[in-house]
Amino acid sequence: MARKRLSKVQLGILKTVVFAVCLLPISLIILDAVNNLLGADPIQTLHFRTGDWTIRFLLITLTMTPLQRMFGSSLPIRFRRMLGLFTFFYASMHLLVWLVLDQSLNIDNMLEDVPESPYIILGLLAYSMLLALAVTSTIGMMRRMGSSWFTLHKLIYLIAVMGVVHFFWLTKLDYSEPVIYAVLLVVLLAFRWNVIKEFFVAKVKVA
Amino acid sequence: MIIKKPALISENDVTPRADFDNSRALISASRRKFLLQSSTAMLAGGLAPSTLWAGNKIEGVKKSPLSIDVPTTPYEYVTTYNNFYEFGTAKGDPAVNAHLLKTKPWSVTVEGEVGKPGVYDLEDILKRQQLEERIYRLRCVEAWSMVVPWVGFSLANLIKQMEPTSKAKYVEFTTLYDPEQMPGQKSRSLKWPYTEGLRMDEAMNPLTLMATGLYGEEMPNQNGAPLRLIVPWKYGFKSIKSIVKIRLMEHMPKTTWNESVGREYGFYANVNPQVPHPRWSQSRERVIGAPLFTPKRDTEMFNGYGEQVASLYKGMDLKRFF
Repeated sequence: MARKRLSKVQLGILKTVVFAVCLLPISLIILDAVNNLLGADPIQTLHFRTGDWTIRFLLITLTMTPLQRMFGSSLPIRFRRMLGLFTFFYASMHLLVWLVLDQSLNIDNMLEDVPESPYIILGLLAYSMLLALAVTSTIGMMRRMGSSWFTLHKLIYLIAVMGVVHFFWLTKLDYSEPVIYAVLLVVLLAFRWNVIKEFFVAKVKVA
Repeated sequence: MIIKKPALISENDVTPRADFDNSRALISASRRKFLLQSSTAMLAGGLAPSTLWAGNKIEGVKKSPLSIDVPTTPYEYVTTYNNFYEFGTAKGDPAVNAHLLKTKPWSVTVEGEVGKPGVYDLEDILKRQQLEERIYRLRCVEAWSMVVPWVGFSLANLIKQMEPTSKAKYVEFTTLYDPEQMPGQKSRSLKWPYTEGLRMDEAMNPLTLMATGLYGEEMPNQNGAPLRLIVPWKYGFKSIKSIVKIRLMEHMPKTTWNESVGREYGFYANVNPQVPHPRWSQSRERVIGAPLFTPKRDTEMFNGYGEQVASLYKGMDLKRFF
């Protein structure tokens, strides 16, 4: 079956559309915040909405490679970096909600809260890894880092697991939402079983 | 009968929500508009109006000196942000589902170490109580708080009328179990029915309230109608809702959250900023209804009721007995 490749212009248009769609969640969140529609517990609402979108974008990002394999088209891969950076964007919003609204940028409060809240420690760790991936996401960095770029960016699997555990860890009793994300993640990771296995085997050999 | 249909002119001076809404600066005009719209939308979605806005005024309520003098949380938030897993685990679930609960008639079984066991009609119980308005801060174990003008009576009075025996050392409370009226009970999120308990001296403390209403009106179902406990120095989950049974016991009763996750939720559950929950800090709380950029509130020892209750726990290791 012959597949038509998209022209540069077509791809550009498509990328712009996807970009705009990715901005929809944050637009709706800001709109609700401005109009006082965040409900009784606005800080919690913002935590949940930015956190939900972080994990959703992460899972969508991880869907691109399986899509490519299933349909034999390289098109999904062309969106992978953008989606990955949106994951980072929503994670940054999530962190910002915590820093500015939850902690009021008060360092003393943070130093007290963080050691008492294991899920926050995990979230901060995952975010710092995501930051490293975002910083090294440019074509220039990719070229400079060579094969180590691919090794570094395999961290996304670990980050995804940490994100889901972060969600489980802060949940009180009703695990239905994190379970959904966990199941989706397991399916997406199953596609990479060989890669993950090789990664760990290689590490063990090095050690 | 104490509970009546709304009177045209009210003579009591209990915090009415209309008054409150008009005077409060915290709630902006736009937010009020939204609440109006959202409530209209919810009503259009098939909600019985009486569920969300109970609306029936309670007459003959006295003000209590035990009230704290701070602005109360808007009625709309008090009645739409609820932890009442019998109606679902999301905060908005109870306001949507609680219309399924039938609160009239309602009877309460009194049993155990009492001189006067029996099944009492709630109306008969209320006939013998002086209802008071008490404005208390409610601190949830999830690190948020609200201030609610409850209507109710001292549990101590009720217990005295039950004539406790010398063996009565604890009080156990049980919520209604009826999955048809409480659809959340169809899920096994917790072991039903919900039970809670207090030590006798905690139950007899003047602060401990049996509440039948809020904002001068009959208790909305989602807030635990028709009869619930309020123990203001303990985390909210101790304040059991829709009570059908009170049992006086010699031994410490089993309590639902403690049975479910004992590592995280103790029998005492006193508000204590120094003892974190195993997974989060308890040193500060989000104030429900506060504007977005309001810093969190420092949680007070015993939720600010230390003067009245600290002596109950003298010599106890509160880290161990959390």
